[in-house]
Amino acid sequence: MSERAPAIRLTDLHFSYGKGPEILHVPAFQVEAGERVFLFGPSGSGKTTLLGVLAGVLGGYTGNVEVLGRDIAKLSGSQRDAFRGSHVGYIFQLFNLIPYLSVMENITLPCRLSAERRGRLNGVSMDQAAQTVAKRLGIDELLAKRVTNLSVGQQQRVAAARSLLGAPELIIADEPTSSLDYDHRERFLELLFESCKAAGSTLLFVSHDRSLMHLFDRQLSLPDINKAGF
Amino acid sequence: MVLLSLAYQSLKNRVLTTTLTVFSIGLSIALLIGVENVRVGARESFANTISQTDLIVGARGGSLQLLLYSVFRIGAATNNITYQTYEHWKNHAAVAWTIPYSLGDSHRGFRVVGTDENFYTHYRYRRDRSITFESGRLPQEVFEVALGSDVARTLGYKTGDKVVITHGVASAAGRGILDHNDKPFTVSGVLAKTATPVDRSLYIPLEGISAVHIDWTDGAPPMPGEEVPAAKITKQTMKIDQITSFLLRSKSRIDTLRLQREISTYSEEPLQAIIPGLTLQELWRTIGYAEDALTVVTFFVIIVGLLGMLVSLYTSLNERRREMAILRAIGAGPVKIISLLVLESFLLSIAGCVLGVLLVYVLSVTFQPIVERHFGLYVPIQAPTATGWIYLGAVAAAGLVIGFIPAWKAYRNTLSDGLSVRL
Repeated sequence: MSERAPAIRLTDLHFSYGKGPEILHVPAFQVEAGERVFLFGPSGSGKTTLLGVLAGVLGGYTGNVEVLGRDIAKLSGSQRDAFRGSHVGYIFQLFNLIPYLSVMENITLPCRLSAERRGRLNGVSMDQAAQTVAKRLGIDELLAKRVTNLSVGQQQRVAAARSLLGAPELIIADEPTSSLDYDHRERFLELLFESCKAAGSTLLFVSHDRSLMHLFDRQLSLPDINKAGF
Repeated sequence: MVLLSLAYQSLKNRVLTTTLTVFSIGLSIALLIGVENVRVGARESFANTISQTDLIVGARGGSLQLLLYSVFRIGAATNNITYQTYEHWKNHAAVAWTIPYSLGDSHRGFRVVGTDENFYTHYRYRRDRSITFESGRLPQEVFEVALGSDVARTLGYKTGDKVVITHGVASAAGRGILDHNDKPFTVSGVLAKTATPVDRSLYIPLEGISAVHIDWTDGAPPMPGEEVPAAKITKQTMKIDQITSFLLRSKSRIDTLRLQREISTYSEEPLQAIIPGLTLQELWRTIGYAEDALTVVTFFVIIVGLLGMLVSLYTSLNERRREMAILRAIGAGPVKIISLLVLESFLLSIAGCVLGVLLVYVLSVTFQPIVERHFGLYVPIQAPTATGWIYLGAVAAAGLVIGFIPAWKAYRNTLSDGLSVRL
């Protein structure tokens, strides 16, 4: 991927589920490579749908969606899956982890599934790379544990470590801090910023909680960019 | 490989349902293979009730009837054959050995068989097993009797006991009025267990049969005071007039058919000779439809086992929607999601197959002697037969195919859920 290509560029995006009402109409939205963007998305603003489109899980839209300079509409379903697996890290609001895998196995899973992402470890072994990321996030003590034994804060850091391993160019975080208390939120964000910087990843952070927005390079509001139904 | 380890760990995570599913499949496999083994065992045991006997010869009549009374001690002969005729065939150039049977008497429901030393020397069952004694020795005197092991066990007799035989065949309870009370027999020995009808008879010398009937006239017992005392009878003084049937071994198998024809056309007396193997097969065919019914039932058991697996996988899907969304988010496409679930189902059925085969082995090893003792059924302990392998393969394949049902459902879920799961 070229350094200069924007991480995300939406042009004239229209989306609706089947023949239902239009959920998204985004005339223009762009995130530059390396940016840390806060996207304010109250419930009902089409946040989940937008993230689905960006991740390449939802198809059937009109308009142009470019992720990391790639028009994802031109990719086949399985190509989109592979693209997401190797270039996009995704952090959920809650329950990010596969319950039957250990912390280490959860962190390394994307690299085990995607050869391309594994290739970007630059010859470092998967376990070693995971150690490094885990250390930065302060969870290197937990690697052998079962994920069911972790606190919510620890789980979210494991999720962050997983999304960062193999340095995907784009990290999409869907309210990852909403289940943490304020002090932990700030701490979590600091760690996430640090890790994104180390990996050179762009961060799109979506939340309905505006108390953290001042920490970001740029703040946007989804109701402002989504013209559907308003 | 990643998917395989994922499938394995996912199953391991649901230990209880996984164990139960594997058990239900395992049990149905065990049943299927077990029934197959019992079937083979039953057929083998049946076909080997009598071995190395080339022909069974008796008075002319039904071939099945001859087999039934000579081998299974069921029913009775309509006619006897003379001892001269027997001796003619006994001394025939093509004959290796013969075993004479004289039937018609009983003891408390068990048949009494008059025979001679050849029975103890030449009789073979289950290919090459011969008659051996658990205790004592074979009867040598006229009034000595050897007991089949079931007879000894059921009636609690031991060597040295006195046994009174009954004229004709009475039920176990009926001590007929026509007991040969005046001429009791002494138990000289007890035969070792054979798990064949041999166990259910008493064996006395041919002379013994003649002796108990010596003073009878026209099928009626002697009037009181007219009995010939047992003390006066010795083996040498007894003349044998007739026997019921005899087993025959020819010197070469090639002679068997020729001998059979020769016996059937014997001009001195109407005889028939049957090849026991053929008649046994004929008999098996008439009673063998039961085994098909058994197989059908087992197939239904297998289907139930597989349906159990389907249900357990399918119901687990709802709680696994989250897991599927995570897998999708980190780049697993529909193909991988489907493969994961199909693999899980495949692993379950393979594990079920392995467990089932192990169960069959453990059960066979544990219960084989018991089954053989109680039912006279020798169930072979062996690697799965060709049919067994086909069954195993079919179940594994069915597991694979059935896996597509939950997999398809999971795929539909991931399409509608995308990366979000409304919990």
